[in-house]
Amino acid sequence: MSNLDAKIPEGPIAEKWTNHKNNINLVNPANKRLIDVIIIGTGLAGGSAAASLAEMGYNVKAFAFQDSPRRAHSIAAQGGINASKNYQNDGDSDYRLFYDTVKGGDYRSREANVYRLAEVSGNIIDQCVAQGVPFARDYGGLLDNRSFGGVLVSRTFYARGQTGQQLLLGAYSALSRQIGKGKVKMYNRHEMLDVVIVDGKARGIIARNLITGEIQRHSAHAVVIASGGYGNVFFLSTNAMGSNATAAWKAHKRGAYFANPCFTQIHPTCIPVSGDHQSKLTLMSESLRNDGRIWVPLKLEDAKAIQQGNLKPTDIAEENRDYFLERRYPAFGNLVPRDVASRAAKERCDAGHGVNATGEAVYLDFMDAFIRYGKEQAHVKGLDGEDKDLVIKLGKAVIEEKYGNLFQMYEKIIDENPYETPMMIYPAVHYTMGGIWVDYNLMTTVPGLYVLGEANFSDHGANRLGASALMQGLADGYFVLPYTIGDFLADDIRTGTIPIDSPEFDEAEKKVKDSIATFLTNDGDNSVDHYHKLLGKIMWDKVGMARNDKHLKESIVEIKALREEFHKGVFVPGKDEGMNTELEKALRVSDFFELAELFAMDALKRTESCGGHYREESVTPEGEALRDDENFAYVSAWEYKGEPSESVLHKEELKFEFIELKQRSYK
Amino acid sequence: MNLTLKIWRQNGPKDKGRMETYPISDVSPDMSFLEMLDVLNESLVAKREEPVAFDHDCREGICGTCSLHINGEAHGPDRAITTCQLHMRKFKEGETIYIEPWRAKAFPVIKDLIVDREAFERIQQAGGFVSVNTSGNTQDANNLPIPKVDADLAFDAAACIGCGACVATCKNASAMLFVSAKVSQFALLPQGKVEAKERVLNMVHQMDLEGFGSCTNTGACEVECPKEISLDNIARLNREYLCATLSSE
Amino acid sequence: MSVIRITSIAKKFIMALSGLFLIVFLLVHLGVNLLLLSNDHDLFNEASHFMASNPLIQIMQYVLALGFLVHILSGVALTVQNYLARPNRYAKNRPSENASLESRTMIVSGGLVLLFLLLHMRNFFYYIKFGTGPEGGDYVLVTDLFDIWYYTAIYVVSFVILGFHLNHGFQSSFQSLGANNKFWEGIWKKAGTIYSVIIAGGFSVIALYLFFN
Repeated sequence: MSNLDAKIPEGPIAEKWTNHKNNINLVNPANKRLIDVIIIGTGLAGGSAAASLAEMGYNVKAFAFQDSPRRAHSIAAQGGINASKNYQNDGDSDYRLFYDTVKGGDYRSREANVYRLAEVSGNIIDQCVAQGVPFARDYGGLLDNRSFGGVLVSRTFYARGQTGQQLLLGAYSALSRQIGKGKVKMYNRHEMLDVVIVDGKARGIIARNLITGEIQRHSAHAVVIASGGYGNVFFLSTNAMGSNATAAWKAHKRGAYFANPCFTQIHPTCIPVSGDHQSKLTLMSESLRNDGRIWVPLKLEDAKAIQQGNLKPTDIAEENRDYFLERRYPAFGNLVPRDVASRAAKERCDAGHGVNATGEAVYLDFMDAFIRYGKEQAHVKGLDGEDKDLVIKLGKAVIEEKYGNLFQMYEKIIDENPYETPMMIYPAVHYTMGGIWVDYNLMTTVPGLYVLGEANFSDHGANRLGASALMQGLADGYFVLPYTIGDFLADDIRTGTIPIDSPEFDEAEKKVKDSIATFLTNDGDNSVDHYHKLLGKIMWDKVGMARNDKHLKESIVEIKALREEFHKGVFVPGKDEGMNTELEKALRVSDFFELAELFAMDALKRTESCGGHYREESVTPEGEALRDDENFAYVSAWEYKGEPSESVLHKEELKFEFIELKQRSYK
Repeated sequence: MNLTLKIWRQNGPKDKGRMETYPISDVSPDMSFLEMLDVLNESLVAKREEPVAFDHDCREGICGTCSLHINGEAHGPDRAITTCQLHMRKFKEGETIYIEPWRAKAFPVIKDLIVDREAFERIQQAGGFVSVNTSGNTQDANNLPIPKVDADLAFDAAACIGCGACVATCKNASAMLFVSAKVSQFALLPQGKVEAKERVLNMVHQMDLEGFGSCTNTGACEVECPKEISLDNIARLNREYLCATLSSE
Repeated sequence: MSVIRITSIAKKFIMALSGLFLIVFLLVHLGVNLLLLSNDHDLFNEASHFMASNPLIQIMQYVLALGFLVHILSGVALTVQNYLARPNRYAKNRPSENASLESRTMIVSGGLVLLFLLLHMRNFFYYIKFGTGPEGGDYVLVTDLFDIWYYTAIYVVSFVILGFHLNHGFQSSFQSLGANNKFWEGIWKKAGTIYSVIIAGGFSVIALYLFFN
């Protein structure tokens, strides 16, 4: 076990990034032309990085498994993006954004990275506006903000309920411009299946053309992975169907340490599961918690009646409703951080107060917001503020303007009108704070291998605040990597093109081809999804929202056994030539199996509760998560040793020099 | 529910392809359309047959990947949704459902129900951007107030998910709604005005090169568009194009 | 570049401009024809003679012919391009779910109107222009023809088809020229319908009036 060096620059926190930029190596513009960079994934992080590096002059090869960079799952982010602009004059600052993020992450993130994130957050907004991203504006023509969970200021910029889409399209347009200029070679429908390490440095990848099935070798002077998170290890999550951990996991197997795999965010406001056929879960933006109030019936008999369909939520009188977040956390109320809100909802449902036929849902009610906004509108328009129907009608129009697309989405899925009856929501796996370990430069333990965005671990600690994922993705891609990668590439200006006929490429390609052949010749009986669902069930039941020693130990055994069964029993139809969607899934799920095991091991090892990681053994008397800073103020970074179970734990001690470590409280 | 599915099967880009019939039973009305196809595929794999290939990813109506022509309509019979948001409650017991890929010369079939939409990529690359490099010194975002009305209209246009339903549904396989959405977004914003002329000329030029048909104002695209992109954008594109053509050297 | 390139959008401009020109022509034509309803038969004869001999109108005739030609040719060119844009058709298609019948059948209605136009040229234009009509002037030429029931029927049916063509064509022209948005759309659509009814109704009423008298 070693202590990892994160290469954090010296100096006061507010000067670290500036000093660092002033002191690292640069590559001169003429030499950038001689350098190739491979980027895996073209979401917010990868897309913005590819565009920025190409603008600077590097030759970029970008890879996406989707048919277009615009399809990356960043597009589904709804609520917004944080920035410490202080446009609302509510006392926001870089420091406050930094503080909120570290606190929100339950003190398990790296101070220097988070401060840098806060520092560049304003630039992101400037950059996006310059690209023509249509953020929401007020009637004065200036940018509007809203508030998100876990903070006391309004710093979230948004574009209706489609902020991720608009930001991604911004990055995509910048990327498209570079593709058009020939500075980026775009490989759509290509999936990276291995990293190639030459002389200890990441020098290329093996990719599969998903249309032809051709296995290709691509070389570069550095490889950047921005392939997103691994929430689909749970099978059911709010991730896209194709979201996978393969690129990150292959990097891990080639020497990049995997950090905090157990840190997973369960998002409180998702549409509840409706049946066994469910293929994925749909998120309802956290921004809804600005205006919606979360409650369950106070009386068990009312909850029963609702579950059986004998009562409607509107039948429950005000005094018989338990607004449990407002009750437990008066200071933050419905806007507590996601992990806290999710656990509180689960606690109520486990106690039998859940609604929906399954008993696994709580209400998100907008009636108060209708009335509040309606009164405001009535006042503005000089109408009768006492006319309840009119007020509600006016209020609904305001809510529709703010969240119309979300309400519509809900209605399409559940077949109930959320303007008339409260929404039902339940927590679902949403984001993975864990990921490949990177240093301050976003470089992994493999020289020349960088990881950005959700795929790395660095900024969100044990819990991510709302509207921070978009911020991190774009910060990494637009404003961090383009500087830090030069420090490494400065040594490569005379290297010349990396040949792809080296033994290292031969070995990697053979490995990929062998694993494909193994799947295609396997004489099993069950589909890939069959095993993926079973894996997801183990993960959700035993490594989900609440974890304990017994369940975690069981899960490790079960995951391993199921993995062996999967490799024996899976049937993959079709050939390696041409498009084969089942083969794609099989390759991804086989990596999820290995990752799941490490995930459970990490959860077992960390006996404290922190952020999204809740160990039933470590709670305060009031039932809140209890951290153990003495023993666990570190990042766990796992080194692969041939089998997940043999992985070796390394630690990066987290030093909190600028923020005092405190038990998190939102009461 | 019990249903009969008539699905287009095509092994690869060069295969001729044919419609095949698959009965399916025990479909729940709460399933999404794609979950129904998942069930079909599970049963095909169990019979050691190749599953039906179809494009899908986010399954929440925003990525624009899913793309089926269902019972004669792009994204099926419901309105303002993508196929992944279509639920089986929209169909009747015993119904026969035709499932076909987007059909257009510019969208060749790759396999079964999956088509190649790279043409949209090339149109985007021809001008769908504001030429601004990444820079930490861009002017402050609030230095450029934009009237809310313009910002909202630009957003409405920018909401396009690039799924291609407009092309699929247009009797002429025209991509005008897609192109107009991008042109409009930037034409409405001051940031985009600088390059407005070249943008519209280049994007329309590329659109024609790709082999899309031309717009005959039937309005079908607007009806089928999952994001309800307005025909106003096509009028704006025409206007922008006319002005750009008449005023360019 | 100051000349409009023949891109798909340029073709649509040409289509719209020539269409609007023909729309104006139809109004003038209807104006002259309305004189047929007058008891003073010479009124029509004089108007008809004026149209056939006035030098300015003679020039306009060529412009009109050009207008027709351009409209027809660009219509055919667009149709061919649009047909080629989808080499494989759908096994099942329900276009009526999302577009009006007339908007989808412009080439059909246009083609039928063209056939009628040829017949019309042979029956009227040729005689009036080259002055080989019957005794009693152009008025008699017209009334003679409208004594024949099937000719009257063809005439009326053709104008109903033209009405359909115009109902889409009128508002579509403004959309193609970019002079449209959600506010104007309603106005153009209503104006187009009123115009189509006037044209189709006006010409048909005259024909039926002559037939029954």
